[in-house]
Amino acid sequence: MLSRVAESLYWMSRYLERAEHTARLIDVHLNQMLDQTGGDENLRWQRLLRSLRTSLPAGEIDAYSITRLLTFDETNTSSIVSGIAAARENARQVRERISSEMWEQLNRLFLQVKQASMERIWHAEPHKFLNSVKEGIYLFQGITDATMSHSEGWHFIRVGRFLERTTATAVLLDTHFSVFLTEQSEYDNEPLDYLSWVELLRSCASFEAYCKVYTAAIRPAHIAEFLLLNAETPRSIRFSCAMMQNALQAISKATSTRNTGRAERLVGRLRAALDYDQIEEILSGNMHEYLENIQRQCALIHSGIYQAYIAYPIEVALTSRGAAQG
Amino acid sequence: MIVPDTPDTTGQPTLPSPFSNYTLDAAFDEMLGTDGRPRPHYQELYHRLLEMPAETLYQRQQAANTAFLNQGITFTVYGDDEGTERIWPYDLLPRIITGGEWETIERGLTQRITALNLFLKDLYHDGRILSDRVVPRWLVYSCKHFRREMHGVHVPHDIYVAVDGTDLVRLPDGRFAVLEDNLRVPSGVSYMLANRQVMKRTFPSLFGSYGVRPIDHYGQALLGTLLSLAPAGRPEPVIALLTPGVYNSAYFEHAFLARQMGIELVEGRDLLVHDNIVHMRTTGGLKRIDVIYRRIDDDYLDPLAFQRDSTLGVPGLLNAYRAGNVALANAIGTGVADDKAIYAYVPAIIRYYLGEEAILPNVETHLLSDETSRKYTLEHLEELVIKAVGESGGYGMLIGPYSTSSQREEFRQQIIANPRNYIAQPTLAFSRAPCIIDNQIEPRHVDLRPFVLFGEHVTIVPGGLTRVALKRGSLVVNSSQGGGSKDTWVLVGTTNVMNSEA
Repeated sequence: MLSRVAESLYWMSRYLERAEHTARLIDVHLNQMLDQTGGDENLRWQRLLRSLRTSLPAGEIDAYSITRLLTFDETNTSSIVSGIAAARENARQVRERISSEMWEQLNRLFLQVKQASMERIWHAEPHKFLNSVKEGIYLFQGITDATMSHSEGWHFIRVGRFLERTTATAVLLDTHFSVFLTEQSEYDNEPLDYLSWVELLRSCASFEAYCKVYTAAIRPAHIAEFLLLNAETPRSIRFSCAMMQNALQAISKATSTRNTGRAERLVGRLRAALDYDQIEEILSGNMHEYLENIQRQCALIHSGIYQAYIAYPIEVALTSRGAAQG
Repeated sequence: MIVPDTPDTTGQPTLPSPFSNYTLDAAFDEMLGTDGRPRPHYQELYHRLLEMPAETLYQRQQAANTAFLNQGITFTVYGDDEGTERIWPYDLLPRIITGGEWETIERGLTQRITALNLFLKDLYHDGRILSDRVVPRWLVYSCKHFRREMHGVHVPHDIYVAVDGTDLVRLPDGRFAVLEDNLRVPSGVSYMLANRQVMKRTFPSLFGSYGVRPIDHYGQALLGTLLSLAPAGRPEPVIALLTPGVYNSAYFEHAFLARQMGIELVEGRDLLVHDNIVHMRTTGGLKRIDVIYRRIDDDYLDPLAFQRDSTLGVPGLLNAYRAGNVALANAIGTGVADDKAIYAYVPAIIRYYLGEEAILPNVETHLLSDETSRKYTLEHLEELVIKAVGESGGYGMLIGPYSTSSQREEFRQQIIANPRNYIAQPTLAFSRAPCIIDNQIEPRHVDLRPFVLFGEHVTIVPGGLTRVALKRGSLVVNSSQGGGSKDTWVLVGTTNVMNSEA
């Protein structure tokens, strides 16, 4: 597969995952605001922006302006519309490598988002719009799995999705725990801000899944364990990391001529840590550092992928590996 | 560019809805005979349309438009808004060609491409046709698409033009004539294929009731043609389509064709040349390429040989090509044979190499380097069509009857300054075909671009791209100039419309 194509598929997928994450976070947050009376609304919006790695805008902070910033603002590179446009642009670059069905769905989603306007969705209930974005992306993922051959390109799509999910979830958890858990003692008791913890679970589309494991008893320690270390829930960091590793192993198998090295070792190490680490130890240690390290590892895996498959130096390819005389 | 549409309507029967705006004029009408009755091969379509409620027609057109938009079948317009994607307007009604007419077209195009390939080989080797003074030497050497770098270069099987799209028009007497050859990087074939797919979805029963010859095997035929060009000793040749990238107006087509053929779609930045071998950069390392179907003009192909600031091409490609390690389709330097001044000599070229008369006639063409022609042309600018010889896509063209005096003045200056660069042709009333315009059916001017493949043998899929000048009276069919397109049906069987006309 062309290196450029792999790169585009990877980014297409990352951007879509990011847009879906953003849509869900706004949706959950707007919904939660209906129940949360009192408290500092401003502060809650700031938190949301922080967990999406978006800097605070100048001027008024209110539901309308923040939602617009995160949804339709084309100058904000992490808005939903920017993410979907970037994903589509990447897909457009590799149209012949994805199925027609995938392209049609992504293009449809793009046109739908492009034609929507803040004024209209705000009056018509933003939930409906945000939900349609999520559904549009789920549909795209389903179409991808159903129509694209599960070969190298498909694995690059999966690496992109799960690398993005791992990082985004780590940032979200970090923001949440640093704000809401100031005291150690709170770990094991019913938290004061019950609704915020539910919001965190819903932001990871994991409330129901959590309840099935731990019942509806909301305990920060359980939440941390679930979102970090649960092996089965598709939104946990451990699960995402395992998927990322599977995909990277498949890629290295598909391009068997070469020694992939770094990226695979890094993802293997991260996965092993998540497989064996104890939640008690993580919580009694420095949770912030732990989550920050995960983000750092993801960044290293990303550059490892680039070194092995995308931006390798030509001299190396011509000498040590030898050109594959096709 | 609006024709003074003043047809002589006296004595012409008024047609029932939805044809009430349908008028005949001097141009050949594809659907109606001169008596106002539908030609035999259009009868079925005509009657279906009479019975069809306006509502249904409208709905089907909408459905077709949606299909194009959702599939992202778009093109890019240069100039107005950098990189704007648009759907190319699609007209629902098919353009129908009888088997007999097609047979003539096929023979004519085969003859033409065979002669033009012999011409190119001769030009870049011995130049016999120049020594014999059939084509003036200075005309060839002053052509901006003549590539001296190609002199003496052996190209696989002497095939210079493997992929060709020739523009035909139908003259008022019903004959098809060649308007221009496109021997460099002709485009439009993906629209031919996409139009057919949409047609089969929107009008399945009508399509089924006509015996239409299939065109879906174009991708396969193109692949076969490219494979036949592969350098010797490469049992499993790797083929790639080289595109300038997504911002090119025909990118959709490049991606479409690569997918149809199952070959890699590459950009210049994916390729590199080492020891005169072309490689592409893949996730599994470098991989050798044997045949490149390039959709980039000569000028941008290799910054070391041609335009130095081109980032679209591949440095060193020309040398790899000359070394015979990679084949290009089309070859470098084919543009000399579709120069619009050389075009005037094609009948003579056919006679010279094949000893035959041209089956498809040329349109009368005057070279403005000739003093008498130039004088005549400058005096009759408002009647003629002036074309710059090296341009395509409807750029660099003056249509006399619909031009302003300042446009004519501009061309007059340019012609005087550089007469070699221009030709003059009479303003042709080429044929018109029925189109849906505001829920009514009206005639619009159409041309036809069949796609010719030249490999081990000549393959022409039965059909082509029918382009429509959607503006009333307009003669410009180019997508970049407000044209649209239609599906083109070539019928099984050999009934000839000209003979069967009652």
